Amino acid sequence: MTGPGTWLARHVQAALGAAGRLARAPLATLFTIGVIGLALALPLGLKLFVDNARAATGDFANAVDLSVYFKLGTPIEKVRQLARRAQARAGVASVKVIPADEALAEFRKYSGFGAALDAIRENPLPHVLGVRPRAGADSTAGLAKLKDYFASWPEVDLVQMDIEWVHRFNAILEVLRRALAVAAVVLAFGVLAVVGNTIRLEILNRRAEIEVMKLVGGSNAFVRRPFLYTGVLYGLLGALIAVAIVLAATALLAPAVSDLAAAYGSRFTLLGPGRDDTLRLLGGGAALGWLGAWIAAARHLRSIEPRA
Amino acid sequence: MIRFERVAKRYPNGREAIAGVSFDVPRGEMVFLTGRSGAGKSTVLKLIALLERPTRGVVTVNGRSTGLLAARKIPAFRREIGVVFQDHKLLVDRPVFDNVALPLIVADTPLREIDKRVRAALDQVGLLGKERLLPLELSIGEQQRVGIARAVITKPAVLIADEPTGNLDPELALEVMNVFRRFQEVGTTVMVATHDMHLVREFGKREIVLEGGHVRGVEDVRVPTIGAAAP
Repeated sequence: MTGPGTWLARHVQAALGAAGRLARAPLATLFTIGVIGLALALPLGLKLFVDNARAATGDFANAVDLSVYFKLGTPIEKVRQLARRAQARAGVASVKVIPADEALAEFRKYSGFGAALDAIRENPLPHVLGVRPRAGADSTAGLAKLKDYFASWPEVDLVQMDIEWVHRFNAILEVLRRALAVAAVVLAFGVLAVVGNTIRLEILNRRAEIEVMKLVGGSNAFVRRPFLYTGVLYGLLGALIAVAIVLAATALLAPAVSDLAAAYGSRFTLLGPGRDDTLRLLGGGAALGWLGAWIAAARHLRSIEPRA
Repeated sequence: MIRFERVAKRYPNGREAIAGVSFDVPRGEMVFLTGRSGAGKSTVLKLIALLERPTRGVVTVNGRSTGLLAARKIPAFRREIGVVFQDHKLLVDRPVFDNVALPLIVADTPLREIDKRVRAALDQVGLLGKERLLPLELSIGEQQRVGIARAVITKPAVLIADEPTGNLDPELALEVMNVFRRFQEVGTTVMVATHDMHLVREFGKREIVLEGGHVRGVEDVRVPTIGAAAP
């Protein structure tokens, strides 16, 4: 009596019926999917923020320089000699000597403390080597070895690595990523609750109809079907709204971000949600809607039994 | 076809609706279930349609004991039983066609077949051409007949009806009862709960009389009168 064609027709019918029901109460539907959209927009927005932060600062990892500060009073000839030795070392791409005089001149020029500096008789700045590691030798372990190498020279006062700053920055990104994961989980529960509650109300509203369906032999699966489709539609539409919100926010922020990047000499432009992110969000929204509806249906449909 | 063996039903509120009811309705027979309000007629019908399970005793319908049936098998069981309610339980926001088609839709019947069978069922109760009307656009008698069409559309082996003529004037009541008899004549087992004694006498079918939750007696009333052909 039933074939795959009939089965498909039933599902299409249930889906269309669910869509029709949502369309007939546009305001209530809009409110529900709006709430879901806001809940889903937040994790998507956070993810974009993290992605953009990484993209904007992507070349940091390749620009880990070491600054080697010599003790005050180290002769510049000694510094140049050591620089040549360092240059020959494997793992070092380039070494730049910054003599204390040059450093002071530069500082005087840019800091605006020129007059104050004139009061100091001796140059308080040390000679410095700017060391750039060779690409491939800039792993954390390789850098640590390089740092130890310079630190072992008796003339060296301090070796500073910009990598510490990068570490901190990556740690901040990691915190954000964790926050994103936590927010996603919490908001997923929020979506479940919104869909579940909406479906619960609809089940109670259609109590009489459900009773009659069960009375004439409708199985729980049959009675549940339209509600599951309603849940999936809520999730999908909510996800679409979330994408729209994030797209709008990106469009609003993009010019300001470009200006900011330009001020730092970068050609960075704000990334919007990509195709993969969008598809993932739509899939996730649909799955959450389905699950929320399923939970509500499991809890409430069982309790509705026909009474003569 | 419908057998009750010392069946008792006690509701959660403690009221014992029937106590030790036994009877047997063979396949293809039509019987009346009579008795005053509160005698247990509705409970007997609910036990047959598996809207309730017996507290004690055994209810066997269509060869299956309702007390033992797994919950997931209840829908399939109900599809083999047509039930007509006094308040007809129609979906008032759906046209006649959808109401009558519902038992076929929940059974995943192909659409083409649904169309054909709904028309056939409506024809049998004299409502052909009213498919697109809403239940409330029909008279009470017509609404009752929509309920009957819905009950018989799956060609059930058993057809039960709770006071199907309760709100009808005598002429309509007779008409509705004749519909039931036509189904009995083609082999359906029919049980009609009623307190319309006049109608029962007129039809001359077997009568199970309930009183205070017991079967007071099973009477064979076979007085042929106008409108009812003697069996």
